[in-house]
Amino acid sequence: MKSFTKLTAIACPFDEINVDTNQLCPTRFNKLPIGDPYLKKVMFHDQRFTHDGKPRNTDFIFNREPYKKAEIIVADHNWGIGSSRESAVYAMASFGIKSVIAASFGDIHYNNMTKNGLCPVQLSQEACHELRSQLLKNIGAKITVDLEELKVIAPDGTEYEFNMHPLKRRCLLKGLDDISLTKQYMDAIKAFEANHHKSKPFMTVQKPT
Amino acid sequence: MPGKTLFDKIWDSHVVAEEEGETLVYVDRLLVHEGSRHSFSMLRNIEMPPYRAEQVFGFADHYMPTETTEGGIPGVRDNKIRGMLELMEKNTSEVGVRYFGFHDPDQGILHVVPPEQGISQPGIFLCGADSHTSTHGAFGSISFGVGASEAGHIMATQCLWQQRPSPLRINIDGTLPFGVHAKDIILGVIAKFGVGIGVGKAIEFAGSCIETMSMEQRMTVCNMTIEAAGRMGMIAPDETTYEYIEGRPYAPKGELWKEAIEYWGSLPSDEDAVFADEKTLEVEKLDPMVTWGTNPEMTLPITGTIPFPEDAENEDQRREIQGALDYMDLQPGMGMEEIEVERVFIGSCTNSRIEDIRAAAEVAAKGTAKVETWVVPGSKSIKRQAEAEGLDQVFTESGFDWREPGCSLCTALNGDLLSDGQRCVSTSNRNFKGRQGPNGKTHLASPAMAAAAAITGKLTDVRTLE
Repeated sequence: MKSFTKLTAIACPFDEINVDTNQLCPTRFNKLPIGDPYLKKVMFHDQRFTHDGKPRNTDFIFNREPYKKAEIIVADHNWGIGSSRESAVYAMASFGIKSVIAASFGDIHYNNMTKNGLCPVQLSQEACHELRSQLLKNIGAKITVDLEELKVIAPDGTEYEFNMHPLKRRCLLKGLDDISLTKQYMDAIKAFEANHHKSKPFMTVQKPT
Repeated sequence: MPGKTLFDKIWDSHVVAEEEGETLVYVDRLLVHEGSRHSFSMLRNIEMPPYRAEQVFGFADHYMPTETTEGGIPGVRDNKIRGMLELMEKNTSEVGVRYFGFHDPDQGILHVVPPEQGISQPGIFLCGADSHTSTHGAFGSISFGVGASEAGHIMATQCLWQQRPSPLRINIDGTLPFGVHAKDIILGVIAKFGVGIGVGKAIEFAGSCIETMSMEQRMTVCNMTIEAAGRMGMIAPDETTYEYIEGRPYAPKGELWKEAIEYWGSLPSDEDAVFADEKTLEVEKLDPMVTWGTNPEMTLPITGTIPFPEDAENEDQRREIQGALDYMDLQPGMGMEEIEVERVFIGSCTNSRIEDIRAAAEVAAKGTAKVETWVVPGSKSIKRQAEAEGLDQVFTESGFDWREPGCSLCTALNGDLLSDGQRCVSTSNRNFKGRQGPNGKTHLASPAMAAAAAITGKLTDVRTLE
């Protein structure tokens, strides 16, 4: 997994609330394997392209410069709700997005971002609003997301602190995949299993009849 | 010390280790489907077999054709869809995962088959590579959806790193009025408390109405917990739960069954258990509910009228309502019953079980379909049961299309799609933009309400049908 430490990049203000993962990856693109070149076009596909992939809606923010080059999105409440599809994150990453700042996230999507080296940042709704209005006043302005220092730096220099669970943060900072981390616990897992199956044998998967 | 909730009891009995505020929890069962190929590739990349293959179950559902396919998988016309089905056969057989695949007599949706098979049980920790895994919480288990990377992690270690959610209790009280179903309750909950109510929460549904519900109804309620942003939904196990499970293929037998019942009886939340929050919905005055907008919170009683954006509480909401009106092509002030529809879909992991099929058939018998109407049972077992009861005949005589089991028009992955911009009444769980096809307009409703719309061609209060 790619690590995420600190990023200063063009940020796109996107004020729609309740953006669901079906917008980030319309269902029919779930079939695309990671690395498929078409994945670049998949994020908000149906607002950016016609059904057969021709450009449409040149006003749509992700179809415009400078936001075609955005690496950060400043969203609002409930970013990434709905389906657990990880393809939503593959689509965002293929577009070039590395971090999303939002007031709240769908929690499966939040985890999916961290498992793929993207940094979700939860700030207050007021902070998201303030960041977006600065971005709108100053088109193409950059924001800094600093995971080491756990802060976001607005275009005007204002700093906002955020939190991330220490383990998720450590994995992201080091680009650690958590299977290797968990493998260090194999003895604990085996001990747990032995006791679990002994104390609750009915919970063990039975041979079907 | 205060008492424990149902959630606390199950969580605490599955903790393997803790590190930096996250918990390594043990996963008793994992459910995967044809879309889970990334999880299988992860194992291949690290050259590991699944750690406990017997605790992983695979299902052919998202990509299953619902038309009769001659010659099995080779007969599936679309190359990419056929490829997904072939890949899942290969992935599961290579590593020895029990696969309810294309040809299996018990094939069906991953949230329909495990309950039928007795795989879903009280007290277990169950994860699925699909957000509607919350369904299995109806049995008094911790059950929730994970992403493909997390599913791969579970296959490799049978464990998962999680932050402990906090328990929220939603009481559903009263007796369900005539024409009102489990689907109306969960839509009512989301309409009343919002799509954000469950963020970071383990929701326990309780109350006098829940206690009288069948397992099918409980599954419908828990299924849509994710639409309220809940990490999981759950219901305390009781006699109804035990009766449902007993004798099913994977259920404990003999002495183990007795031990299981005794343990399951200890699971319900203690009297003095502490919840982070508690809410109540009275169902006595609940009407059949239908969504009008582009998320499940945008729900109204069938007797309601489409909202005016200017009545919104704030600017964000005003914009959201206006956006939904534009997308759904609806006018403020129009009655819900004035909305004409072009398609009807009865199916999905929310509403494709035998009781749902019966409820739809009862209404179908009152008329003939005015619009294209599909009925897609949740599993082959349900299909057999419905046919034994003659329900397929009722549908066919009423002009409803009785199809093969799968996710079909809920996920629209298998080639079943709305035509561009079509308006559909659907018993599924998501009315997001484009969910059922490009520019598709979805109105979520119960099976009875969907069948009513089918025979009138518009949203219709099922209680008024002769």
